[in-house]
Amino acid sequence: MSDELQDVISAVLVLAGAVMCLAAGIGVIRFPDVLSRLHAATKPQIFGLMAITADVALNNFTVGTVTLVIAIVVFQALTAPVAAHMVGRAAYDTHHVRVDVLIIDELGTRPD
Amino acid sequence: MSTPKQRLATFANQVPLFLGLVLLWMLLWGSFSWLNLLTGMLLAAIVSVGFYLPAVELGLRLNLWYTLTFLVRLGFDIVRGSLQVAVLALSPRYTPSNAIVAVHLRTRSDFILTLTGVSTSIVPGAIVVDVDRVRSTLYLHVLNVHRPDQVERFRNGVLDEERRIVMALGSREDVERLRRVRGEDRSVQDQRARDQHAHEKRKRGGTA
Repeated sequence: MSDELQDVISAVLVLAGAVMCLAAGIGVIRFPDVLSRLHAATKPQIFGLMAITADVALNNFTVGTVTLVIAIVVFQALTAPVAAHMVGRAAYDTHHVRVDVLIIDELGTRPD
Repeated sequence: MSTPKQRLATFANQVPLFLGLVLLWMLLWGSFSWLNLLTGMLLAAIVSVGFYLPAVELGLRLNLWYTLTFLVRLGFDIVRGSLQVAVLALSPRYTPSNAIVAVHLRTRSDFILTLTGVSTSIVPGAIVVDVDRVRSTLYLHVLNVHRPDQVERFRNGVLDEERRIVMALGSREDVERLRRVRGEDRSVQDQRARDQHAHEKRKRGGTA
């Protein structure tokens, strides 16, 4: 791989990661309630992390870095949803949910 | 007391988790040496004995082709989901409209239920608000849905996700159940089977 090509790929990956993290931050501020904000905090964030760690692995292509990057991404993918679930459930149970922006709430009406 | 055959099955069930811990140890060190293998196995043994958790029934079935398609699709969906939420966060004409949807999964395995919950949280879609383990039901918070047909489309998406996971890793009974119940069957019969199952799981000592 030529150096220019590698630079271009690096730049694109870093830029993509940065834009995703920025969008996640803006989403956390703009979205109306806790549950919506959790979406912003988990989803663009994981893609941003993937892009940036992929860039690190590309520029420092050794067995050690690549395995570490895989471990980071896998554990982020496994733990972020669980963390979001814990926060989400606490928010729902303590009524920190904007009910007026929900078009349907099947948890509130579930049979017991 | 359990028979030797049952004990062997319990042991075989633990092997993948044990190997996973050893692999993680080696990934963290970034080298695959005999010393790492040895210390990893030692630590994995200490961790599984010291932090004992109730055993997860894995099902011990793995279809490589379906696992590959599941992982490729998952990667693709992660990118798509991230872009959707990012565009939504940056879009100037964003009006909030969300939903909390109950999805009745067809699987009866805690492992598949967990995997489905985790993977729907990182693909376009949802945050798991609550889980009814006994009835295999996920309560998901969905971002940016405006009409009831979008809710239905989302529900089918989660059921498709479940189908991909079951085809890849699910037990034989779960695959069989998928063949029997196409899509979401909300008939009275299915509801009765679900209640029956809930009753049995409670009797075995599963707390919801």
